[in-house]
Amino acid sequence: MSILTEVELLRRVPLFANIDTSRLKLLAFTSERLTFNAGAVLFREGDRGESAYLILGGKVDVSVHSPNGEVVVAQIAANNIVGEMSLLCEMPRTATVTAVEPLDTLRIKKDQFLQLLRDLPQITLEVMRELAIRLHHVNQDLSAARAKLRAAGLEQ
Amino acid sequence: MATHQSLYNYIWKHSRRDQMVILAIALAAQPFYFLTLTLPKLIINGPIQGGGFETADATQNFLRLVLDFPEWLGGQWALLEGFALERVPYLFALSFAFLALVGFNGFLKFLINTMKGRLGERLLRRLRYDLIDRVLRFPPSHLRKSKQSEIASMVKDEVEPLGGFSGDAFVWPVFLAGQALTALTFILVQSFWLGLVSAIVVLGQAMVIPRLRRPILQLGKMRQLQARELAGRVGEIVDGGADIRVHGTSNWERADIVRRLGRIFDIRFELYQRKYFVKSLNNFMAQLTPFIFYAAGGYFVITGQLDVGQLVAVIVAYKDLPGPIKELIDWDLQRQDVEIKYNQVMDQFQPDGMVPPEQHLDAGRTERLKAPIELTNVTAIDDAGFTLIDDIDLSLPLDQSIAAIGPSGSGKEALGQLFARQVTLKSGAMKTNEVDYFTLPEATVSRCIGYAGPEGYFFPLDLKENLLYGLKLAPKEASGSEARRREAVRAGNPAFDAEADWLDYEALGTRDPKIITDRIVDVLTMVELEGDVYHFGLQSRLNPKLYGAASERIVEARLELHKRLAAPDRANLVERFDPGVYNRNASIAENILFGASTDPLLQPQNLPTLPHFQRVVAEEGLEKHLVAMGESIAETMLELFRDFPPDHPFFDEFSFIPSSELAAYTQIMKRAKTTGTTYPDRAKLSVLPLRYVEARHRLGLITDDIRERLLATRRTFAQTLPPELKSRISFYEEGKYNLAASIQDNILLGRVSYGVARAHEQVNVLIREVLDQLDVRDLIIEAGLAFNAGVGGKRLTTAQRQKLGLARALIKDPQVLVVNGALANLDDRQKTLIVERVLKHRAGKTTLWVLTKDDLADRFDRVLVFDHGKLSADRQQKLHEAAQ
Repeated sequence: MSILTEVELLRRVPLFANIDTSRLKLLAFTSERLTFNAGAVLFREGDRGESAYLILGGKVDVSVHSPNGEVVVAQIAANNIVGEMSLLCEMPRTATVTAVEPLDTLRIKKDQFLQLLRDLPQITLEVMRELAIRLHHVNQDLSAARAKLRAAGLEQ
Repeated sequence: MATHQSLYNYIWKHSRRDQMVILAIALAAQPFYFLTLTLPKLIINGPIQGGGFETADATQNFLRLVLDFPEWLGGQWALLEGFALERVPYLFALSFAFLALVGFNGFLKFLINTMKGRLGERLLRRLRYDLIDRVLRFPPSHLRKSKQSEIASMVKDEVEPLGGFSGDAFVWPVFLAGQALTALTFILVQSFWLGLVSAIVVLGQAMVIPRLRRPILQLGKMRQLQARELAGRVGEIVDGGADIRVHGTSNWERADIVRRLGRIFDIRFELYQRKYFVKSLNNFMAQLTPFIFYAAGGYFVITGQLDVGQLVAVIVAYKDLPGPIKELIDWDLQRQDVEIKYNQVMDQFQPDGMVPPEQHLDAGRTERLKAPIELTNVTAIDDAGFTLIDDIDLSLPLDQSIAAIGPSGSGKEALGQLFARQVTLKSGAMKTNEVDYFTLPEATVSRCIGYAGPEGYFFPLDLKENLLYGLKLAPKEASGSEARRREAVRAGNPAFDAEADWLDYEALGTRDPKIITDRIVDVLTMVELEGDVYHFGLQSRLNPKLYGAASERIVEARLELHKRLAAPDRANLVERFDPGVYNRNASIAENILFGASTDPLLQPQNLPTLPHFQRVVAEEGLEKHLVAMGESIAETMLELFRDFPPDHPFFDEFSFIPSSELAAYTQIMKRAKTTGTTYPDRAKLSVLPLRYVEARHRLGLITDDIRERLLATRRTFAQTLPPELKSRISFYEEGKYNLAASIQDNILLGRVSYGVARAHEQVNVLIREVLDQLDVRDLIIEAGLAFNAGVGGKRLTTAQRQKLGLARALIKDPQVLVVNGALANLDDRQKTLIVERVLKHRAGKTTLWVLTKDDLADRFDRVLVFDHGKLSADRQQKLHEAAQ
């Protein structure tokens, strides 16, 4: 699979959806193509996040610690990205991600991504737009949740 | 500042005997020289023109030597009566005598010059040694103030003229003065008045010229100082290069250099003006005397007070006068110049408080400390006179672990430095065994005290040499040649032999290299440096001397590793080198070369300049494919990187085309799409793909067709390799060790795959397992110990240097180990580990550890708390282990 296929897959990620092809090519070129064996851990909950993984083939389990041990909260399939928030800010991983089957990924490193943002403002704008949309969704969800809570009489 | 002996004293004291011998030979040579001058006259007047051969059977006495002296010296004096010869034999006899004399004179001249040269070189050697010996004995404060490039310039360049001069210091003036006096006497004999006039002019010359030359000497002195300072500044620019760039002050530095060069120019120009003025004045005065001879002498002749013969004789004799006088004046100038240089240099090497020579001598005999080290009322100050330690009493027994803690600058660091004798005692005493610690011989201190400071210096030697550096106090046995030793002693150098084995096996407790290596590994493990050295070892090439047993074991390790890599979950970690398969994890150049070389010209990146490579590429018709790949790469690169500023880090990290070439390739690509590329364009394009690694760059350039072509090129490259390259390239072969490749590459015989998560980590673990299993670790460590530390240890990281500094002190197994902030740059985990391991290792011996973090103090028997130079607490503590 060459870089052009990777670009096509990057385009399907909402965060990168509106970035033009040559920039995505650059992102792909400066990223690392990584494969994992089944059962290999991409990153663990609590680790310092330094990169995001675009899943090109295979599936991963997303799991979190709980009093009852490791609980799988989601399964993510190809053409999705995991750990993308760590590209923008330094925070510990909120979950552990494990390959369920042999996995093909594109590893996007934070340093390279930030460098791109610094140098190419149009990408920054696209990312901001995407984040704003997400924030908007979260706000909507939050007010919906609050409304539900209020209806249940749990919040004044 | 102490005074030093004068230059003349120095030369005379150290070369008296040689000077006398040279003088004697020079004097003995004079009669022969005189004979060479008179023989031609004899040959022409005698056998050639027939003087003395008026009759056919006339003979002349050959070898009849007669010296003509003036009547008042006894007239003619026959040295030899000789024997009678006829005209032709006489001609040949005289001619051969002439030849013999010329040869003999040449030989004497050669002898004198050689002796002078040897004398000069010996003296220079002695002086340089003296200077460096003084540097070795400089007090620490002076050493800190000295600029190394200035010292180097003094030792190397400034004393250089002294060597040439010292051979002429006595012989030459005697000689010239003799010649001048003879000529003057002769003139005086011919005509008293004319003689007097010449004497006065000569005297005037001798008095005026040196006076005029004095400012020249002053200028010379200034020039020397400026040049030395320039050398110092150049040294600073090199040392501080990184900081200059960081601060963007390169123009400020340029300004300073411009100013200095300007000053040197001014000085030198004034020097030239004055020098040539004096020269022309000197010439004028030399011509003044003939003027007087012609005017006054001629007048005397005309008026009949002097006959023509006498005047001509005077004028002829005078011809011999200016030469020696001029040379004498020149010599005197040189003398003053050298004297100034000597004095100036010596002044720089006379600081107060130098270590007395005795403290350094007798390095072979060291003593052990027998009594505790006692500090009574010790007050220590730094170079600026600030009090570092204020009135401290302390007794350090020889079997205790002691931590010194307190805020930084509280005096704890100075306590450590006291043991290294790096600070000055203002009052009080530091004694052991009733002897002042500061007067102990260097070798004894080195043997008994191990000191590791925060900034250890390392020499550009391999790690092992650096590690064992403190164990080289005296040569074990002299092995060098006796003649070399004798010559060294003649020049006042000590008879130390650098080629002898200096390693102190007694301190190591063994001569067995295997045990010494084990000891080194122990110490390296103790300071957390073993992993780094092991890594250096893997990255290095095997010493060809070890080829054989060692290489076989590494090939064995390779087979074992490949066996382990065959497991299904590891199968994709490494792509092995297979002569018949294209390696996707190696570059195109590496794939064609398919081997390693120690020759810089035969590295993959230099292939395009290799004629054999060009030939093979042409033969295989690869060129147009390389160009096509080059176009593809160039197009992608231009698309990706065109908007980046030229100094963007991406260019270095990712781009095939450096930012400076971007414009050129843009033009090339424009031509490729329109008018077509030119020959140089294609050359530039065909270079690009050589670095291309399919698995890493993922541009999809290696199609099946290309792969087959590249493999064919690989085969042809190897099969048609010209003989002169054969010994310089080692191709990768399955069962063979490749000396030109690193040990790691030999174990792998392949490339770690790009794109497999944590492949390097996993492969490293596997390699380590295999090497441990086959017991080849020592070999790798030995190879790692051969890693060169670089100038000042700069090839090591700060943390590695600090660890190595501690290891260097530890390996001596000293009675007292002083660690003074030597681990400042390590993280807490490593610090704790190292402190604990070292204390365990040194149980029963004294360890004084100046801690940068107080929380490790509970591991020690005793804690000294410092505050503002005072010892605020001194408590013994029971250790946890002891309590358990």
